[in-house]
Formats: sequence, structure tokens, C-alpha cells
Amino acid sequence: MPRLLSLLVLLALFSTPAALADESSRILVADPFIELHTGPGRGYPVFHVVERGREITVVKRRTDWFQVRTERGVEGWVSRQQMVATLEPTGEPLDLQEPQRENYMSRRWQAGVMAGDYAGASLISVFGGYAFSDNLAIELTLNHVLGDFSNSYSATLGLMHVFVPEWRLSPYFTLGTGVIHIEPKSTLVRAVDRDDQIGYVGGGLQLYLTRRFMLRTEYRNNVIFTSRDDNEEVDEWKYLGFAFFF
Amino acid sequence: MEVSRFRLLFLIVAVTTMLPGCAALGVGGEPSHETAYPSAAASGEATEATAQSGPGESPIIEPQVERREIRRARIDTEDFELGAYVGMLGIEDFESNAVYGARLAYHLTEDFFLEATVGRSHAGRTSYEKLSGSADLLTDGERDYTYYALSAGWNALPGEIFIGKNRAYNTAFYLVAGIGSTHFAGDDRFTVNGGFGYRILPADSIAVHFDVRDHLYDIDLLGEKKIVNNLEAHLGLSFFF
Repeated sequence: MPRLLSLLVLLALFSTPAALADESSRILVADPFIELHTGPGRGYPVFHVVERGREITVVKRRTDWFQVRTERGVEGWVSRQQMVATLEPTGEPLDLQEPQRENYMSRRWQAGVMAGDYAGASLISVFGGYAFSDNLAIELTLNHVLGDFSNSYSATLGLMHVFVPEWRLSPYFTLGTGVIHIEPKSTLVRAVDRDDQIGYVGGGLQLYLTRRFMLRTEYRNNVIFTSRDDNEEVDEWKYLGFAFFF
Repeated sequence: MEVSRFRLLFLIVAVTTMLPGCAALGVGGEPSHETAYPSAAASGEATEATAQSGPGESPIIEPQVERREIRRARIDTEDFELGAYVGMLGIEDFESNAVYGARLAYHLTEDFFLEATVGRSHAGRTSYEKLSGSADLLTDGERDYTYYALSAGWNALPGEIFIGKNRAYNTAFYLVAGIGSTHFAGDDRFTVNGGFGYRILPADSIAVHFDVRDHLYDIDLLGEKKIVNNLEAHLGLSFFF
């Protein structure tokens, strides 16, 4: 713990001067005036106003709010709607490089969390993926299954094919393989842990929400290649998942 | 003599294959450029003369304006929050004990955030174990209590706190709910958590949290299955980055 704390302190020490040193991001106010709030949110009061034509410095950004410093050294938070109306020193409108619908198409990395049902047990799933074309992505999924009789962990690597990536709501197909580690509950008698290989085929729906966020729902049919005579087939329903791309 | 003849043959083959190779790599191309420059310089006046005579080949006025270098503003974003906390956790039937943990949050908008927490505690003894004098229900190792939780939060009441006459700090009262897993009594259990918290920012990048959480899960340790409520209250410190 002390090591973690000292790491945090170091992190804070290093991150603050870097933010303050960046004096290059000067912009001009183009609206009749912009309002400075005391905090990054509409619930924080307005305490200062900067007129058109004045120069301000952008210090940092938190969600949709920008901390700016005026020529007199007053610091406050400005909303994105007002920042869009400011100009760069060249006279061009400030480009905030917002993740929009167009970026959704050209996304490369995405990650998220899903929750659902794995053969009657509760399922918590974390995934990350890399898209190497508009349609095709490779995805790593880590599952934690919590049941009445056993718990299991699985890691799977698979391909995901989004049928119509330009649609807001698009179906996808997925196929992959991985490993599963099953631990029977300690209250059960004479049960042993086991590791097996799994393969899966499935499909789902992906919905673009807004900015960099997506919702997902998925079904997978898993085949567990057991060391016994029969393979096990398991239905995996991920009711709802939240993902973001970057 | 045979050897030297072979050597010569080999050298010829080597040289004939190497030389075009060098040209392709651009190594052999450089001298030709060097020779090209003086010739261009020598004929420079001549070409200028022809350029002036030919209409439209050179601009009438040479612009003396230097192009301003445009640097796109690289704005430092601070949407992540990393921190640690210490508090009390009441484990149902197993006393209240100290809990400590780590917290990572990602602020999606000014209203909503996602949060991942990992915490650790150690359960005490039940009243039954103390009074009956019989064997303990759990070994010491099984009393280790660890949990993780993935939650979503809503900043319900953003505002300010006023300390004294001249100081105001940003605050937010938030509600949190999520899912996760608790490892206790030798098993992992699916856990639902919910609660509220209050965040005070003494500086723009530092937050002090006070949180109250309830962790709910099913347990059949004492024979029959029941839902337990484990209440947690903790104080935390975190940094935005």
C-alpha cells in the first residue's frame, strides 16, 4: 500500500507541471462572451466572463468541459458548446477532434464490459478488440462465471465480423476458441478443478450510442472439449454490455 | 591456377550482381546527383534567362510572406481518476473490520462515470463461534475477504462547499450501482453493490471521497442459502489524470 500511494503521489507530481507548461494552446474568443464556471459541470456557478476578441489559454479538459486561463490569470471551466465558437490564432475555428459518427467507422481499438447468464450462472465479461478492417476485428474476452455449484474463468480469442458497420444498429457474427478453468464450490465433496479447451460460435447486436460509446448484446454457443466421452455445450447470453472505442 | 580462375569468375559475377543492386538501393545514385547539381548551377543563368523570356513560367511577384506554422492544440484530457481508500466493512455474521482498496474511474460525461474497485478485508469470528466454544466455521485463510466491483455512477448533486468566508470547493453527491464478485469462505460469489458517495475537490486534480456501499450476495455457509448485506463506509483519495 505505501508503494501504491507513493506511486500515486509521483503520478500527480508529474502530470500537473506538464499540464501547466503547455502554453501553446492559446485561442481567441469569437462568441460575444464566454462564461467561466467554477467547476466542470452545469451545476457549478458562473463566476467570470471573457469578451469577444480576448485571448485565453486552454489548460486541460475533463469530459465536455475545458479549463481555461484568461490574460489576467483567472482560471475557470468552459463548456464544449462555447469552446466550439472559439478561434485558433490562425483564425480557423478550434478543432476539438471530437469522436463522432465518422470516427465510429474508423475506430480501431475498443473495450468494454458485459453482464449476463452462463448456463444458469451469473456472468461478468470484460473484452477488448482491435479492428483491422471496417468489418473484421479480433477480440479477447475474459469471463468470470459465478454459479451455485462452480465458478469458472475463461479467456477466449476470436474473430468478430460486423455485417453493416455503417449502420447505427448492426448485427455481427463471432467465432473463436479459448480455455476455461472450472472450480467447483468448496462445499461440494470430492470435486476437482479442471482446465478445458473451448470453442464458440455466436452473434450479437452492436448499437452506436453517442460520442465514443456503444451498447452491445451477444449470444454464444460454447463447446467445452472435456476429457470425458462427451463434449459439453453451454449457452452464454450476454444481456447488456457497454463499450467505448478509441 | 584453377583456383584463381574460379576466384576471378566469382568476382565478376559478384560485381555484376552487386552494382545494379547498389543503384537500386540508392547508394550508387548519389554521385549522379552530385554531378547533376554543378551542371544545373552552371546552366543556371541560362535557364533563368530562358524563364524570363518564356511568359507564365515564373511568378511576377515573389511573395515575401513566411507561412505561419500551425500547431494544433493538444489539450490534456483528465477523464480518469485513480485512487485508494480505507474504511470499515461489516461482514454479516462475521464482525466489522478494516477494509482497504483501490479505485479507478472513467468519467464519461459530466453526469456519468464508470468505476472499478478492488478491496480487501479480513473477517472476524461469529458470535456462535465465540459462545459455543466449538470448532471454528472457517479457517483463518478462508476469512480473507476480497472483492471487485464494476459500477456505473451518476453525479446527482454537483455543487460547492463553503469553508469559512473565502473558500469554496467543488463537490458532487453521487449514486453508484454495479456488479462484481466477492471471494469469501473459499468461494467466489456474484455480488451486487449499490450506494452513494460524496466527492470534494480541494484542487482541480485531487478528490477526497466519502463512500457508503452495500454489497449483496447469496451464501449457503450455514446450511441454508440466504442473502447477506455487507455494509461498507470508506474514505478515499484520488487523482485525476
